[in-house]
Amino acid sequence: MNKFRGFLANEEHHSFLIPFIAIVLGFLAGSVIMVFSGLNPLDLFTSFIRAVTGINLPNLFTDQSAFNARYFGEFFVYSIPLILSGLSVSFAFRTGLFNIGGEGQVMIGALAASYAGLMLNLPAFIFPIVVLLAGALGGAFWGFIPGILKAKFRVHEVVVTIMLNYTALYVSNYYIRALPDSTSTRTADLPARATLQSDFLSSITNNSRLHWGFLVVIVCAFLFYFIINKTTFGYELKSVGFNPLASEYAGMKVQRNAALSMTIAGALSGLAGAILVVGTFGYGRVLGHFENYGFDGIAVALVGGSTALGSVLAGLLFGGLKASQTIMQISRIPRDIAIIIIAIIIVFVAMKHPIKLALKKLKVEEGEQ
Amino acid sequence: MKKNLWILLLVALLTMVLALTGCNGDDNGENGENGENGENGEDFFVGLVTDTGGIDDQSFNQGTWEGIQDFADEYGAETNYLQSEADADYVPNLSSFADDEVDLIVAPGFLFEDAIGQVADNFPNQNFLLIDAVVERDNIVNAIFAEEQGSFLVGVAAALTAQEAGEDTVGYIGGVDFELIQKFEAGFEAGVYAVDPNMTVLVEYVGDFSDPSTGRSIASIMFDDGAYVIYHAAGGSGNGLINEAMERRSGGDDVWAIGVDRDQYDDGIYDGDNSAVLTSMMKRVDVAAYEVSVMTYEGNFPGGDIIEFDLENEGVSLPEENPNLSDDILEQVQNYIDQIIAGEIEVPTTPERLQ
Repeated sequence: MNKFRGFLANEEHHSFLIPFIAIVLGFLAGSVIMVFSGLNPLDLFTSFIRAVTGINLPNLFTDQSAFNARYFGEFFVYSIPLILSGLSVSFAFRTGLFNIGGEGQVMIGALAASYAGLMLNLPAFIFPIVVLLAGALGGAFWGFIPGILKAKFRVHEVVVTIMLNYTALYVSNYYIRALPDSTSTRTADLPARATLQSDFLSSITNNSRLHWGFLVVIVCAFLFYFIINKTTFGYELKSVGFNPLASEYAGMKVQRNAALSMTIAGALSGLAGAILVVGTFGYGRVLGHFENYGFDGIAVALVGGSTALGSVLAGLLFGGLKASQTIMQISRIPRDIAIIIIAIIIVFVAMKHPIKLALKKLKVEEGEQ
Repeated sequence: MKKNLWILLLVALLTMVLALTGCNGDDNGENGENGENGENGEDFFVGLVTDTGGIDDQSFNQGTWEGIQDFADEYGAETNYLQSEADADYVPNLSSFADDEVDLIVAPGFLFEDAIGQVADNFPNQNFLLIDAVVERDNIVNAIFAEEQGSFLVGVAAALTAQEAGEDTVGYIGGVDFELIQKFEAGFEAGVYAVDPNMTVLVEYVGDFSDPSTGRSIASIMFDDGAYVIYHAAGGSGNGLINEAMERRSGGDDVWAIGVDRDQYDDGIYDGDNSAVLTSMMKRVDVAAYEVSVMTYEGNFPGGDIIEFDLENEGVSLPEENPNLSDDILEQVQNYIDQIIAGEIEVPTTPERLQ
């Protein structure tokens, strides 16, 4: 027992123990709510497992089909934009900036990608890359505005990014409608060779919408890790995040770094928007209201501890929860309960600090013995 | 202290285990029942996928769900619905029902146009009902409505009511400015002008079907600009109009709202049993959902067909009870109904501003 407690209290293990305990507690709390609502808590777990792996546990030893690869594919489709917007918020966060503008950057990224995809005509091997870069540039521009305002005039980035979200919604709707052949709700289909959609990926996942966007996520997560941890630039960004005054005293260009950090964060969100266009849908959309990709990105970043790997894992968790909501409804868990449970799981996952305190306490008490 | 903690954890764990095993038993029971039903081959399952509005949107999705419920009550069928959180959910939601091989999948709204075509191709043996749009596939039935005809009638009612009160301005609030919703505008406008070509029709679009606060502020501005009756074709956003009309009426103002899709009389009730809803343009999506469910149940799924619901087959109509309309007005409305059915009046589908 003491050995086990020592293992729990050892800070070296905390980086994976804390999220793990948090998730377990979250699901436990969700189960308790299920029980109080007169529902079977097992449905929560089977729904989540079915959404993430495609395995339908109750059907395992029956003649009904127990595995459907489509769910597995859709799980990634849900997760990809969340991971990217999570990386975006994380990147700004490392420099001490709060990027609430992911929502707007996603929309401008989608707008730029729609324009590139519909107006350009390039060969297949380069076209998707150009479209993605256009999306990243669009988002980067939308991140650069609050960045430069912060750097030059000390305007708080939270105010600017929130307002730019609304601006982005109406600007992108206007220009999406202005494209030739656009209807009032969407653009024309992008040419197939401009998209990341793949018959191959779709066929191995039972006609899911899975697309090559997951490669973009891997590249971005790696670049994030590399820039933050292995370059002088990344070191400066982190240093500014920890203490801007000390960094300035040490001779770093604090303002330039703030502007650059917001720009890169914008580019990551812009990529999320571009992937929605070239991956999930294959066309640009006119939006009635926010879709919360940027706001979910904040939660993903915080749960993931603003690191590259953390954001990927948190994005997968959020994507899985989103995907499982449909299946919970199929299993006759009322939608309201499903949403409450998902929210509670997220709250628990975000409560890393109390869990850390509790684990540390184990150690102190051991010392007293 | 630490002992307490462990005991607490232990108790919590035990409770969980008990709860899990307890419910597990129930679950097995249910599964057994389902299995029996399956063997009898009796259960017929209708699945509804809603857009982001949900089945209590007091409008389109709710109407469809009510039609499915009526069918289920009468024929003993099973039903379930999936509410979409975003348009990225349409394809997975439709596919989930298709995976479960339900007997009929209903998708209300042209928003499903792209998604349903894709899913229908992936599941050629599934039956789909698409309301309000046409996607030509052998396994999709399309139900469309002559909204301009019903809107013409409420336009007539609005103009006549305004005339009685000595007013000359009416208003129209649309959800999103595109072809389908323009049909409502065109019919309403034509109905108003048929009564009095000199009337003013104010037109405004919310840009969203689920934004009642914007709907309400638009309604407030229109009422301030002199509109006496406002008709909405804005789904959930239109609830803002009805609330604004209710508040003004209970404050002593004389203004009216006209509902859409369902009879919204009850939504506008204030001060006991008065309603701020003059009348409603009923678009009987419930009839469409019900009829097609019955056809499918009887083995006559009309795959690939386009079924039109208009005044003649009462797919669009005014409510049966109209306590806020005078008999004189109702009589004149009936005259117009006869003329439209006889083909003497051709109701336009494009508003004047776009002609």
